[in-house]
Amino acid sequence: MFEAFDALTLARIQFAFTVSFHFFFPAFSIGLASYLMVLEGLWLKTGKQLYLDLFKYWLKIFAIAFAMGVVSGIVMSYQFGTNWSVFSDVAGPVIGPLMAYEVLTAFFLEAGFLGVMLFGMNRVGKKLHFTATCMVALGTFVSAFWILSVNSWMQTPTGFEMGANGQYLPGESWWDIVFNPSFPYRLVHTVMAAYLTTAFVVGGVGAWHLLKDRANLHARKMFSMAMWMAAIVTPLQIFAGDLHGLNTLEHQPQKVMAMEGHFQSHPDGAPLILFGIPDSEAKTVRYAIEIPKASSLILKHDPDAPLAGLDTIPDDEEPPVGIVFWSFRIMVGIGFAMLGVGLWSLFARWRGKLYEWNWLHRAALVMAPSGFIAVLAGWITTEVGRQPYVIYGLLRTADAASPLDAPAVAASLLAFIVVYFTVFGIGVWYILRLMSHTPHVGELGVKRGDTGPIRTAGITPGPTQNPGHEGTLPDSEEDV
Amino acid sequence: MDLTTIWAFIIAFAVFAYVVMDGFDLGIGILFPTFDPGRERDRAMNSIAPVWDGNETWLVLGGGGLFAAFPLAYAVVLPATYPLVIAMLLGLVFRGVAFEYRWRDPNHRRFWDFAFTGGSLVAAMAQGMTLGALLQGVEVVDRAYAGSWFDWLTPYTLLCGFGVVAGYALLGSTWLIWKLDGEGQAHARKLALRSALATVVLMGAVSLYNVFLNAEYAERWLTSPEIYFAAPVPILTALIAVSLVRAITRDRNSKPFWLSIALFFFGMAGLGVTMWPYVVPPDMTIWDAAAPERSQVFMLIGVAITMPLILAYTAWAYWVFRGKVGDEGYH
Repeated sequence: MFEAFDALTLARIQFAFTVSFHFFFPAFSIGLASYLMVLEGLWLKTGKQLYLDLFKYWLKIFAIAFAMGVVSGIVMSYQFGTNWSVFSDVAGPVIGPLMAYEVLTAFFLEAGFLGVMLFGMNRVGKKLHFTATCMVALGTFVSAFWILSVNSWMQTPTGFEMGANGQYLPGESWWDIVFNPSFPYRLVHTVMAAYLTTAFVVGGVGAWHLLKDRANLHARKMFSMAMWMAAIVTPLQIFAGDLHGLNTLEHQPQKVMAMEGHFQSHPDGAPLILFGIPDSEAKTVRYAIEIPKASSLILKHDPDAPLAGLDTIPDDEEPPVGIVFWSFRIMVGIGFAMLGVGLWSLFARWRGKLYEWNWLHRAALVMAPSGFIAVLAGWITTEVGRQPYVIYGLLRTADAASPLDAPAVAASLLAFIVVYFTVFGIGVWYILRLMSHTPHVGELGVKRGDTGPIRTAGITPGPTQNPGHEGTLPDSEEDV
Repeated sequence: MDLTTIWAFIIAFAVFAYVVMDGFDLGIGILFPTFDPGRERDRAMNSIAPVWDGNETWLVLGGGGLFAAFPLAYAVVLPATYPLVIAMLLGLVFRGVAFEYRWRDPNHRRFWDFAFTGGSLVAAMAQGMTLGALLQGVEVVDRAYAGSWFDWLTPYTLLCGFGVVAGYALLGSTWLIWKLDGEGQAHARKLALRSALATVVLMGAVSLYNVFLNAEYAERWLTSPEIYFAAPVPILTALIAVSLVRAITRDRNSKPFWLSIALFFFGMAGLGVTMWPYVVPPDMTIWDAAAPERSQVFMLIGVAITMPLILAYTAWAYWVFRGKVGDEGYH
């Protein structure tokens, strides 16, 4: 199946595949952990059953997503050594400690408190249980902090010295390594992306149930909360993304050139290419639709500012333009679509029609998975855009791989593809099934144990536990 | 004691913590098919559901810590045992999701139970074989693995693999003696007795293999003065094995589990005597593979601050779910 590829290409496909799949889960669980923390906090503060129901509803989904994140994450912690042993050897002294800190300060925190969060509601007091939820949420954030510091150091390496044995060694200050130039921007942009991803999933689920029954109070609450996030965080995210782009222009100019599709330099103002088909052979963007001087205006805040193009970069240091160009546009396009939904929801809220407008609900439903696509597109932009380097400007990806033969890498890649699509595909199916179940009063938590009849759906409570429609208004009507 | 030695002990501690903690939940996975598909399986699963994730985190610390403290060893061992590592990771995927999936989908519970067992067995076997591959020596040229594809597959590595499977089954069954009562406990006793015998026999076989088939290992075990330091290890191991068997047949609570852990501790101590000071036998010492001092110091600060906290809240999480697993499960 993979005869056409060499070991290096296969190793790259394997890393791209395993890390992309893995990141779907943290992208969701970082935001969902915080959402659960907010819900439980509101429940403790107000004592309203509604918040507890929503907490338990989303807790079941969190449990599955988190399990998938854990098992796909363990794979990542070994991928460096199995497939990128030269990189591990030379970069280990610098990035190894950051990853060790991630384990010590984040993974243990999440895992240690997860059991209590999922199963301990009746075994510890309310406040202690809330503490456990907070610790899990904190753990997901701290984990993002360290791993993004590692990734950012590979993009904008600072604070190191070269060892005589070819290793990158830490310099005098760890501060310069951890807080390397692109890290603050990447951290803010990624964490907000995770929050938005979760917000749109929650909003989509809320919208789905509103379309079935617009009077469902649980659906109303989750939809309303999600739309606040969409309206407030999306503009902030676009602003943060812009700053991140300017930071990239400063430190990794060829990545921005590829994102913009600027094969040529523009001495008196570069156009913003909206769409087109980049042709790396001919070094041009075909069928380009462009706005004159707009790129200079965005990147330099001056329409006539000169912008260098890929013609200033040696061919063997250029990233693949087509992939970066398109993935960037997908991410930005989704960002603006999210902004549109956020603004629409504000307008609907102002008109008092947030729970009435079916087209808004339909749009939110369609946008439910959009965060995942945007996050993946964003990572593809930044990771493909720093090629051909694994440590930017210093270590080429081609020089970083393990001494493995192609069949070994191909076999493991095939195994990962088969197992991931099956196992995680089924997990996503279980999550979707949980989401399709209407939130109601007296939601059960994460189901364990062996009492009571085993029900076909496993998650559908029996009639005694679901006494009808307390979750909906008395005058509820089917709307669709 | 220099920093590199301290780090060798920290990594050894992480590996030991992993082996013991994930060992008992992997062991339950290995023994799962022998349990009655109804209540007995549910209870066995419930006894580990709140803690397995924390247990597995020690594997990430073992791997991540090795990467950070001994990057060269990490960079050599993983390519050398590539198929084993990939098999272990995929095994852990299957068993990890089974914890959630089996409750979500009663129609396919048998399948996820099978995945739970298969994944646990593959992971345990792969871990044991990786240990064996390390002990039998890894060929290194120019800071990279230089052996061939199947160096990791020998009768010796298979022996180590079976040893770890039996040891994990012992940990799992003695854990169940502690957490279950009634028929479930009686069943766990039977399993524990068999696993204990298998573990002791296989540990003995691996030890004899080490001493009689490897000249350098033999030297440190059988010559004076090393023998005076090394000899107590097998003697104490034998004493523990005897009291373990007695406890398995009589005790109702945690004693068999703690004695199993003690057995693992002395097994690990024996490994330490065998390998020291090599991290990748036969040539790479811990000092050859060590990260520079700045990395070691930076991480040591982190370990000193976080490790007491980690141990404290991990102990608390176990305390919350203490006692026998009742019928009600954790709601």
